Amino acid sequence: MKRAGLFYAQLAFTILVCAFMVVPVVLSILAGVTANFFQGIGSGLTLRWVVQVWGLYADTIRLSVIIALACLAATLIAGVPTAYVLAKRPGRVARLIEELLVLPIAIPGLAIALGLITTYGAFEGFRKSWLFILAGHVVFTLPFMVRAVLAVLLAIDFRTLEEGAASLGAGFWQRFLGVVLPNCRPGILAGSLMVVTLSLGEFNLTWMLHTPLTKTLPVGLADSYASMRLEVASAYTLVFFVILVPLLVLLQRFGQPARRAERAAPVAATVPERAPA
Amino acid sequence: MTGASIALADCGKTFADGTVALHRLDLEIAGGETVVLLGPSGCGKTTLLRLIAGLESPDPGGRVRFGGEDVTARPIERRNVGMVFQSYALFPNMTVEENVAYGLKVRRVPPKERARRTAEMLEMMHIGALRRRRVDQLSGGQRQRVALARAIAVRPTVLLLDEPLTALDALLRERLRVEIDALLRGLGITAIYVTHDQAEAMALGDRIVVMREGRVAQIGTPRDVYFRPANPFVADFIGTINRLVGVARNGAVEMPGGRFSWRADAAGPVELLFRPESARLLPPEGAPLRGRVASALFMGDRTRLVIAGIGETPIIVDTTERRQFHAGEEVGIGLDPEGLFTLAEAAAPDPQPREGAAERVTA
Repeated sequence: MKRAGLFYAQLAFTILVCAFMVVPVVLSILAGVTANFFQGIGSGLTLRWVVQVWGLYADTIRLSVIIALACLAATLIAGVPTAYVLAKRPGRVARLIEELLVLPIAIPGLAIALGLITTYGAFEGFRKSWLFILAGHVVFTLPFMVRAVLAVLLAIDFRTLEEGAASLGAGFWQRFLGVVLPNCRPGILAGSLMVVTLSLGEFNLTWMLHTPLTKTLPVGLADSYASMRLEVASAYTLVFFVILVPLLVLLQRFGQPARRAERAAPVAATVPERAPA
Repeated sequence: MTGASIALADCGKTFADGTVALHRLDLEIAGGETVVLLGPSGCGKTTLLRLIAGLESPDPGGRVRFGGEDVTARPIERRNVGMVFQSYALFPNMTVEENVAYGLKVRRVPPKERARRTAEMLEMMHIGALRRRRVDQLSGGQRQRVALARAIAVRPTVLLLDEPLTALDALLRERLRVEIDALLRGLGITAIYVTHDQAEAMALGDRIVVMREGRVAQIGTPRDVYFRPANPFVADFIGTINRLVGVARNGAVEMPGGRFSWRADAAGPVELLFRPESARLLPPEGAPLRGRVASALFMGDRTRLVIAGIGETPIIVDTTERRQFHAGEEVGIGLDPEGLFTLAEAAAPDPQPREGAAERVTA
């Protein structure tokens, strides 16, 4: 009976913690479809606020999607070759660069934004365009792409695969496109999902970098909470959710590239070596 | 498909951190020959193979020639070699068939011809039924066959095998060894085979290059290195060897366990070597040498006896007698005079590797 008591105590605690996290989200979503939140659910359900959000903020949503996709393209073009080179070069310099790549994650977004503004703020055309936000997002998300691809590359022993391809007559590009890239697909997929998710939800950096004409979804969300009625802001949250949750689900599914690759890779050869006489 | 000859001249390899993986050496391999590079881990055999493959370049001054043509500056993809890796290096993103066809595709062999040759290879390696499988659905032995088929499909001038059987279990290893042997003989291709397994080396090699610490310890046919090892290292590394130290006097050698006839011209202390199969068990009475069984290991086809009391150290004798042996039992030993040798005379047919920076061992 003592065990059962402990079990129920743990269950209650778990439920409590879950409720603590989930209830605000549910309330917020409910608020977005309630006719009048102050009167409660009884006032009836409506999609009016969602429609209003679309009218007011459609361009922030569009901009967020554009930035996320552009950010994905940039991190793919820059990140995958970077991971390849880092994996290929042994030695201290490569490891140092690998460590340096983590810095943008450790430094607060605000500090990165300030750095970008003081460095490039003088280029007015760049400062005013959405490309400025894109630059911030790329700095922030690139390490995630590099890490994800690097983890897979190291797990699949790509060096031997490349040597195998070379021994069959394949030149560098044939090896890279035909053997290396296809075999690090799980890492590229995981990195891509991560980059898109992070870019869509990024607020810290973006809030510093945006102009009234270049607002992204999270920035617009902050605005709406500050200046619109609660139901509109909540409906906006709902829209955000609809965009982000599928990505999060996919991320859960494909987000552990290293472990997946290990499972897929051939069982590592064990080498019983004869001791030197 | 006949293979090209290979000639290495003054090839050494020093890595960036200063370790000398391979001291400078010369090596010539005839077209169609199978040469086995044999040695313990870290002896430089894999480095030597990678130099020939073009995966490493030799230290300045070294030259690699295939059929008289200097290929030193060519990377592996332009040397037309076939290579089988220890880990197989099969492409997980392709099926068995696609793996085998890869080299042909890269060489832009027309699709029809490519399909025909791929099918031929799959047939030859008995993996036709697996053609649509993914690599991760194959067993170790099947992977090995795919790797071989893939390497041979491109009709290479030289076939390089880097410990291809090491990752397999003993039974499978033995079976594939026979198959590889038949394959190499059938193709008549020049092959270089790296292994640390001396039984594999003996079975497959036309010649064996025994290596130690980046140098060649001996080059010779399997019989040469087995019956006439050039130095103690080779004698110990290949097979089991017994040492008897005694004193030669009046046409015989005397030792604690008895005496037996030996060259009339020999005098003074001698060290005689012999393989376990060169000794015969005899009844103790009247046998030239007598000792006691220290331990007996029944191995099925023979019994391996460790016998003490003959020389200073126990000797190992194999017998096909079917009875059980007991520790402490007294046994007599007779030695086959042909199987007796000393290291000094064994060394004579092959040049001893000299100590020094630029050692040359020409086969």
